[in-house]
Amino acid sequence: MHPNDLSNYNLPDAKGHFGAYGGVYVAETLMAALDELNREYEKAKADPAFFDEYRYELKHYVGRPSPIYHAKRWSEIIGGAQIYLKREDLNHTGAHKINNTIGQALLARRMGKRRVIAETGAGQHGVASATVAARYGMECVVYMGSEDVKRQSPNVFRMKLLGATVIPVESGSKTLKDALNEAMRDWVTNVDSTFYILGTAAGPHPYPMLVRDFQAVIGEESKVQMKEMAGRQPDAVIACVGGGSNAIGMFYPYVGEQGVRLIGVEAGGDGVATGRHAAPLTAGRPGVLHGNRTYLMQDENGQIIETHSISAGLDYPGVGPEHSYLKDIGRAEYTSANDTEALEAFHELCRYEGIIPALESSHALAHAKKMAQNMEKDAILLVNLSGRGDKDIATVADVSGISL
Amino acid sequence: MLMHALVAGGADIIELGIPFSDPMADGPVIQRSSEVALNKGMSLSKVLNAVSEFRKSNSYTPIVLMGYANPVEAMGYKAFAERAAAVGVDGVLSVDLPPEEAAEFVAILKAKAIAPIFLVSPTTPASRLKVIGEMAEGYVYYVSLKGVTGSANLDTDAVKLRLAALRQHISVPIGVGFGIRDEASAKAIANFADAVVIGSRMIEEIEANPADPATGLQTFTGRIRDAVHQARS
Repeated sequence: MHPNDLSNYNLPDAKGHFGAYGGVYVAETLMAALDELNREYEKAKADPAFFDEYRYELKHYVGRPSPIYHAKRWSEIIGGAQIYLKREDLNHTGAHKINNTIGQALLARRMGKRRVIAETGAGQHGVASATVAARYGMECVVYMGSEDVKRQSPNVFRMKLLGATVIPVESGSKTLKDALNEAMRDWVTNVDSTFYILGTAAGPHPYPMLVRDFQAVIGEESKVQMKEMAGRQPDAVIACVGGGSNAIGMFYPYVGEQGVRLIGVEAGGDGVATGRHAAPLTAGRPGVLHGNRTYLMQDENGQIIETHSISAGLDYPGVGPEHSYLKDIGRAEYTSANDTEALEAFHELCRYEGIIPALESSHALAHAKKMAQNMEKDAILLVNLSGRGDKDIATVADVSGISL
Repeated sequence: MLMHALVAGGADIIELGIPFSDPMADGPVIQRSSEVALNKGMSLSKVLNAVSEFRKSNSYTPIVLMGYANPVEAMGYKAFAERAAAVGVDGVLSVDLPPEEAAEFVAILKAKAIAPIFLVSPTTPASRLKVIGEMAEGYVYYVSLKGVTGSANLDTDAVKLRLAALRQHISVPIGVGFGIRDEASAKAIANFADAVVIGSRMIEEIEANPADPATGLQTFTGRIRDAVHQARS
């Protein structure tokens, strides 16, 4: 396929590669489990009943389709392009994460696995996993860095209410990447009984493909809804990128639509120039971590370095391999918004639209604002509002010097 | 130096770990040792220097470097292989480079006469055993259990059965590791394996004797060597 002709875009290849990225970089013990998962997923894809059930659950349990909302007042105040929001924040459990956990839980059930495990950073994927485990009657264990357990105690309690066991991870930087390491170790040990519900479009093949396919409903709905609402597709779609699952879910159905720019916004933390950020596509270089080749935050010796972001969900040193590929071929563009810019957009959406956005999604909003200012009033930007910000109010109060 | 203590205790081959920030396949002991090493400024480059230093007084004990792909990638496969060959490394085991992703690296290693060592696990199907058997040189490292390094659920009988099956596809010697902690488990495994591999338990020995790790390590290695010899006699 010529990289400029994306009408037949059909990656990854059979071995899980997106060009130079992706693949299966894991220890031998997991190879058979990943092969099995890949085979079972291919079978499920060929079985109409599987996706019928998935869609039924999305409609009746999650509340899809999520609406698209024209943020008229905020657009007016910014004074440029019209900003539309894809309202993933209105999903059951408050974020896009549930689209994926339902898909993977249905797959787990098909494979006869009664125990599911998950890693989580901010706790959104942990909550979405605990939710589906309760829904389908499965045992659920969630690994969460002990730093994140402290930062996100309401989500820890939510998971426990839903019947999950939350295991704090004390190794490394005690955050998302270490939770992922620990979940992999659990999976290696309990591989016969256990299904690993990976939360983002990263990890070894087939996870980047699997998660993307389950999140693609975001972009598929958007294509229909934009036509209905605005009579055309947006000039650009914008999404925040941590591991990159909400972004790839939005981008993938738009890859072949050459008129639509795809823009991913990474966490700039204190500013990319300070080195204290979580923006591997903007400022990292390719390497191998967590089962795939992709852009990483690493030092000159190939050790993974600590990331910084106000939003726990973007605090990850890698990124899904498909984003690395889309960056290299120039189909998608990646930039960053720092903590201050994200907070400003957070407050503006609260005050002008009555929507409290997740801090993760606020990074996409911040970049949309920046772009909109320099565009005509008939231009259209579609932002994926990937989650709601209820979980973040303590963080926002904290940085504003308010005690709740 | 601790490597000399291992040789004095009777180790036939030394697997030397390259520390990595995210050792996904390792248990708590090796994770902790990686963290300690990195905090003290250890790096792949310094590991290679250590081999060079060791080779000044020992030219005969084979050394296998063991670790994860990213530090090696950061140095560059070619640059790494050249330096490794120059300092006297005999083999390399990259935990997260299965045969599917290892073709380029294996070719570069073989060009420098360094043996690519592969893992085989209880879950590896026959079709992949064949591929591994064709690519592997030196020896194959059989992971004795489903789990991470240093686990406690070793099933000797299962390992025995499995090794017989492995030998149909693999012609190089087979070492067995993960979960071997003492003379009894070493002796049991040595009854049918070509080598026993011990990692986490060695690190615990070092941790237990901060004032004089070499003596403890040499004594422990000696006990394991005696157990292995008993199994063979």
